[in-house]
Amino acid sequence: MSDHLILRIVGKFLIPYILLFGLYVQFHGDFGPGGGFQAGVIFASAFVIHTLLFGLESAERIAPQWVLKIVAASGVLIYALVGVAAMLMGGNYLDYDFLAADPIAGQHIGIILVEFGVGLTVASVMMLLFFTFAGRGEAS
Amino acid sequence: MILEQLIDIFLLVFLAIISIAVLRIRDLFTAVMLFGIYSLTSASLFMVLDAADVGFTEAAVGAGISTILMLATISMTGREEKPLKKKGTMLPLAIVVITGATLVYGIMDLPPFGEPDNPVHTHVAPRYIEQSPQEIDVPNFVTAVLASYRGYDTLGEVVVIFTAGVGVMLLIGRRRKRKEGISNE
Repeated sequence: MSDHLILRIVGKFLIPYILLFGLYVQFHGDFGPGGGFQAGVIFASAFVIHTLLFGLESAERIAPQWVLKIVAASGVLIYALVGVAAMLMGGNYLDYDFLAADPIAGQHIGIILVEFGVGLTVASVMMLLFFTFAGRGEAS
Repeated sequence: MILEQLIDIFLLVFLAIISIAVLRIRDLFTAVMLFGIYSLTSASLFMVLDAADVGFTEAAVGAGISTILMLATISMTGREEKPLKKKGTMLPLAIVVITGATLVYGIMDLPPFGEPDNPVHTHVAPRYIEQSPQEIDVPNFVTAVLASYRGYDTLGEVVVIFTAGVGVMLLIGRRRKRKEGISNE
């Protein structure tokens, strides 16, 4: 694909906006449609476009697989630790009321953190899946 | 109202046509593209039902990522489907007809579509709608339900996605490393 000049330029132009839209969906999920799952997929799709246009090696230089593996695991860990934090503050597991002095503020903190964990895991797992498949295709 | 029903009918007929086309077509590349269109049409259907979050997910995951992953798979396996061996068609036909008749019979017991006193609208939904502004104060109920009321379920879903990633890497990720090792020697 590297000699498709128009695709490369249009892709280069679109990628930052896709990333920005992913972040918007991530942090605007409390107010409109969206959340960690959708944001993660959109964020990963920017890297898919990059891989299609500039090749797997270039994409893996930006997001190496070992980093993605750590990020994928830490997303789940963030989610689970929010639950443990709620327990340590005196509530039940994943009861965000106890994360702050004011229950509603606690709920907001909990939801933002949890959605952040979801976004990290979904984005990195989607990228890992695509890189694994693309790597197989290139190798054979 | 009539316009809305027309849109519903149009989209549902479109879904039926696409699924029949997917079954009939032997070229896998076309089938994958049709699956993408199927997902996009379902996303529009969810939007007509005012389920913006579901439509969003369907468009991003169904039409976006899974299409890409299936294309990546096709690039490894080849794009022509193997021709089917002709076997007896009576038994499968009978199974399909009986299952379909059972499902249609089951539909007759469903409450009428969209009625406000349906069980689904009288169980936990009113509590979420009435209490979540005081309890959670997030404008989007869906996020409140997903991340807070149903926090356990969402944690489970994230673990499922993580497990799927681990599974794929264990199954087809390792082979590549071994190949690299051979080429390094």
